[in-house]
Amino acid sequence: MNDNPFSLWVYLSQSPLLWLTVTLVTYAATDAVSLKTRRHPLANPVLHSLWIIGLFLLLTGTSYTTYFAGAQFVHFLLGPATVALAVPLYENRKRVAAAVLPMLVALAVGSLTAIVSVVLLARAFGLPREIILSLAPKSVTAGVAMGISESLHADPSLTAVSVILTGIMGAIIVTPLMNFTGITDFRGRGFAAGIAAHGIGTARAFQVDEVAGVFAGIAMSLNALVTSLLVPLAVTYLLR
Amino acid sequence: MIASLSLILLCQLVGEVAVRALAVPVPGPVVGLVLLLLLLLARDRYPALARGPLGNDGVESASRGMLANLSLLFIPAGVGVVQKLDLLAEHGIAILVILAVSVIVTLLATVATFVAASSLFSREDETP
Repeated sequence: MNDNPFSLWVYLSQSPLLWLTVTLVTYAATDAVSLKTRRHPLANPVLHSLWIIGLFLLLTGTSYTTYFAGAQFVHFLLGPATVALAVPLYENRKRVAAAVLPMLVALAVGSLTAIVSVVLLARAFGLPREIILSLAPKSVTAGVAMGISESLHADPSLTAVSVILTGIMGAIIVTPLMNFTGITDFRGRGFAAGIAAHGIGTARAFQVDEVAGVFAGIAMSLNALVTSLLVPLAVTYLLR
Repeated sequence: MIASLSLILLCQLVGEVAVRALAVPVPGPVVGLVLLLLLLLARDRYPALARGPLGNDGVESASRGMLANLSLLFIPAGVGVVQKLDLLAEHGIAILVILAVSVIVTLLATVATFVAASSLFSREDETP
């Protein structure tokens, strides 16, 4: 038996095992709560996992770098999960092919709105230029947004945080907002969730409706393409 | 299962290599998505492809499993918020308000455009 509990902690806190376990257990618990509340928007598993894990790190004095060294195995799967979106897309190909034109128009409008609105609002609030640049790509999926942020010499880790916050807010608000507008076209509802709130919005859309999820997935993939082209243009034009 | 995961990783790998070799501003996994889609469509055309991960619901069930837990994959990046607490203390309220307003405006603009465009295009189809 180890007579020094502190050395056990030192060992565990440096190994991926502990942080991977913390991530999965916290998610499993928050997801179970979300299921119990029949997927209530406010029971969003990402939101609740973040503060629980964040608090745990602060209380144990663990640095984010140490945590991420373990949790990166989960983070890595973001790429393969994007590839996996091909499957629902393939299975719903007829429905998707029938809606190509509305999707392209909505993509152009939505992508531009996401970037321009955040840049103009941030400027109106008088935020420093570096923060504005970091917020600009917030509607695309984390990996892509961080790449855009890097190419603008902004702060990729602030971008990652604003991407996740945007995704959580979008996922929480999309269902009540869409019910309020009375729009029942789940293709459009899902597409909007994917444009505005990337993968977290897509995850939410899959919870609500399979068709909404498919359209959200397409929206998120297309938006990743369009936003990486639009953000550099928009910031040079809007932030002269 | 392993073969299906390998196929997904392989698509991503080819995608990453392609975007770097051609220096195009497209995320590698998105190219991987297109590749996997093309493979699935090719399988409909050439039944001989329906083997290994492409046969017997292999890659389909692996993908569904991954997408069912898509939310989980955002947690490691999101926990990065603990590094930004000082910045959030200074500008947090403004950032939250900006992101919330922007996400609402974007949702409404996108869904309104989609619904308007789809009724416009479907009306054109009905009256050629």
